[in-house]
Amino acid sequence: MFDSLSARFTSAFSSLRSRGKISAADLDSTYAEIKQALLESDVALEVVEAFIAEVSEKSNQALSTIQSGSNQANAIFDVVNSSLVEILGGAARRVRFSKNPPTVIMLAGLQGAGKTTLAGKLAKFYADQGNTPLLVAADLQRPNAVTQLQVVGESINVPVFAPEPGNGVGDPVKTAKAGVEFAKSKQYNMVIVDTAGRLGIDADLMKEASDIRDAVKPDEILFVVDAMIGQDAVRTSQAFLNGVGFDGVVLTKLDGDARGGAALSIASLTKRPIMFASTGEKLSDFDIFYPERMASRILGMGDVATLAEQAKKAFDSDKSAKLEAKFASGEDFTLEDFLDQLSAMSKMGSMSKLMGMLPGGGQMKQLTKGANFDESEIVRTKAIIQSMTPRERQEPKVLNGSRRARIALGAGLKVSDVNNLVDRFSAAQKMMRQIRNGGVPAGMAGMGMPAMAPKPANIPPKKKSKSGNPAKRALEESQ
Amino acid sequence: MGLFSKFIAKIKGENSFTPADWQELESELLASDIGPTLTRSLLESARRVKSENAQEALKQTLTSHLSTQSRASIANPDGMTVVMVVGVNGTGKTTSVAKLASRIKNSGSSVVVAAGDTFRAAAVEQLQTWGTRINVTVVSGKPNGDPASVAFDAAKRAAQSQAQFLIIDTAGRLHNKSDLMDELEKVKRVVEKISPVNEVLLTIDATTGQNGMAQAKLFSESVNVTGIILTKLDGSARGGIALAIENELNIPIKWIGTGESESDFSAFDAGEYIEGLLT
Ligand SMILES: Nc1nc2c(ncn2[C@@H]2O[C@H](COP(=O)(O)OP(=O)(O)OP(=O)(O)O)[C@@H](O)[C@H]2O)c(=O)[nH]1
Ligand SMILES: Nc1nc2c(ncn2[C@@H]2O[C@H](COP(=O)(O)OP(=O)(O)OP(=O)(O)O)[C@@H](O)[C@H]2O)c(=O)[nH]1
Ligand SMILES: [Mg+2]
Ligand SMILES: [Mg+2]
Repeated sequence: MFDSLSARFTSAFSSLRSRGKISAADLDSTYAEIKQALLESDVALEVVEAFIAEVSEKSNQALSTIQSGSNQANAIFDVVNSSLVEILGGAARRVRFSKNPPTVIMLAGLQGAGKTTLAGKLAKFYADQGNTPLLVAADLQRPNAVTQLQVVGESINVPVFAPEPGNGVGDPVKTAKAGVEFAKSKQYNMVIVDTAGRLGIDADLMKEASDIRDAVKPDEILFVVDAMIGQDAVRTSQAFLNGVGFDGVVLTKLDGDARGGAALSIASLTKRPIMFASTGEKLSDFDIFYPERMASRILGMGDVATLAEQAKKAFDSDKSAKLEAKFASGEDFTLEDFLDQLSAMSKMGSMSKLMGMLPGGGQMKQLTKGANFDESEIVRTKAIIQSMTPRERQEPKVLNGSRRARIALGAGLKVSDVNNLVDRFSAAQKMMRQIRNGGVPAGMAGMGMPAMAPKPANIPPKKKSKSGNPAKRALEESQ
Repeated sequence: MGLFSKFIAKIKGENSFTPADWQELESELLASDIGPTLTRSLLESARRVKSENAQEALKQTLTSHLSTQSRASIANPDGMTVVMVVGVNGTGKTTSVAKLASRIKNSGSSVVVAAGDTFRAAAVEQLQTWGTRINVTVVSGKPNGDPASVAFDAAKRAAQSQAQFLIIDTAGRLHNKSDLMDELEKVKRVVEKISPVNEVLLTIDATTGQNGMAQAKLFSESVNVTGIILTKLDGSARGGIALAIENELNIPIKWIGTGESESDFSAFDAGEYIEGLLT
């Protein structure tokens, strides 16, 4: 997601960084780049325009106090990043649990958005934390929606309240209400109500949704939206907001390569936080949504925190432990480690998903054209690192012009390829260093990254963690 | 007032579009999901339009970006016609399979449907429910079985029973997952041991933004898409990405889905679609 956006930002900013002093014309062309990129990423025009206006005003202010070119580029970068984070929902909010259980979560969204699958994912997520969810089959319209939810429930051992056969038979409002009452009487502490897909312009079905809402008085209504949605995100999210209302947003199918600009549109127009990310067809493909991570991914900084989690899975536990120890002891994440990660990740299936998280990965992926991940990009990156001496891999700062030329020659690539890799890498390394030192990297104020933010000297041993999933662990720790 | 009429009215009255009007046209075009690149080139053409025939010219400009391929269904002249329906998750494949089967049946031909989605929870049951509803035979295999072997068995059975059409439903898959795309290629290959696959229809959800282009590209590369079913056009989305796909990949939209019941399905009408993009 956001691949091309990431690529455009990366190129816009590297050209700014290389400038001695930034002119008004430089700024204009940078904003034009950003505007075009956002439109290509399906951000609604009105949101794009507001974003550009906000960013240019803020960076003009920032620039007036800064003299040197590269600092100026950083200042703009910070403004763009923090504005993105702000729009994407600021700090992620967690589900509000009701003081009088059960906590009722109602799902709503367009047809095929991923509601039923999400119902299962939420149930699993909360059951794994010791809650006792009940799934309620209130989609009595779509053929075999009830069966689908039953299969989902069975696979995760969560009971499904399904008194009606569905396929057009039964009243969804009564069913939903009965489901909540059943949960109360059996002391389930959470109810997840799956509802039928509906169009924003379908007044009858929107009325049905608000009737369900009034019957179950949900603590959270989650608007479920496909990350591939285009400009219609504006109309549809407004229609759901007016028709039934919602408290949070869940983006689905983020395992795809959609740029997902709709996330910006929806968050900015509805002011509702994006709370969860659905990232695959399996019920474990689910995570809390991190606006900061998404913003840094948009900016081509690479989503280092997520990458580290994924890499941990790919590495054998030995190597993983070593990397953790190394990180904890204050040693730098080096190009050597990066190479190791690349090799480890080559073993994994979903390369294209991981590439977007690598520093500059969005750009690399873009170079491969189309969405299909081209293995040769990994080969190229490896070739660059493998053409470095051990010292260069450990200390990229020794990489002067002649060394870079030599490496490019050795790898059979252009010097700019080497520069690009080193630039992105250094930025990521710097960011990791700041996080480890407990500081917040410039422009990432309020950045969560819990998986990467243990206290400086000692990372809690893995075994003590309740959950193997860092996102879950983060949530546990925050509770 | 629709944008077309506004466009022409403004031009007649004031003999030129004001900058604000151009901006409105641009946002309308963008709002339809045809994308910023096609929007730019359409605006350039529109600027060259002479006042009197503005409406026609704008429509013609849009129409000129449609595919040049035939929109007729491809049939097998001597034997069973095999149709595969493919696409990303939740776009409306299973519903479209049922709609298409219903239509074929109502036209008096015999049709068998294959439940090639062995992966998603209750996907087989969903298609079976449709089969009962529209009275069409559904061939299915074991849950989590090999989709290629289900499709193979279905092709064999359909051929034996001398069905005129076989329509194969497939599991939703994201185009960037190469293992799943390989699986899809295998389904097609294996079916072709029995009978050639004549038509591969890609479902594109009308709400899809610019990612639809990557979907069309990669599904085409993998299984040679012969036509598009543009689904969910009954919503507020206009489905402009399909025009961008026709323009860039020359794949014709053949069918549109306009609701959740079997009759909400029609052959694509270029004129209606183009008007719908701007209103
Ligand atoms: N790749 C991927 N597929 C997903 C994800 N979430 C859901 N799906 C798939 O998308 C399709 C639709 O999901 P459902 O959960 O049935 O969607 P729904 O919103 O309940 O659909 P309706 O009830 O018909 O409105 C299924 O094939 C799911 O497996 C996701 O995050 N990634
Ligand atoms: N409004 C509307 N809804 C549709 C249309 N076509 C399909 N749907 C609905 O969209 C949802 C998903 O449709 P399916 O046919 O199950 O989609 P699919 O592509 O088979 O989904 P997966 O197999 O899970 O990938 C269902 O709720 C359908 O009723 C349409 O043209 N208009
Ligand atoms: Mg559902
Ligand atoms: Mg299906």
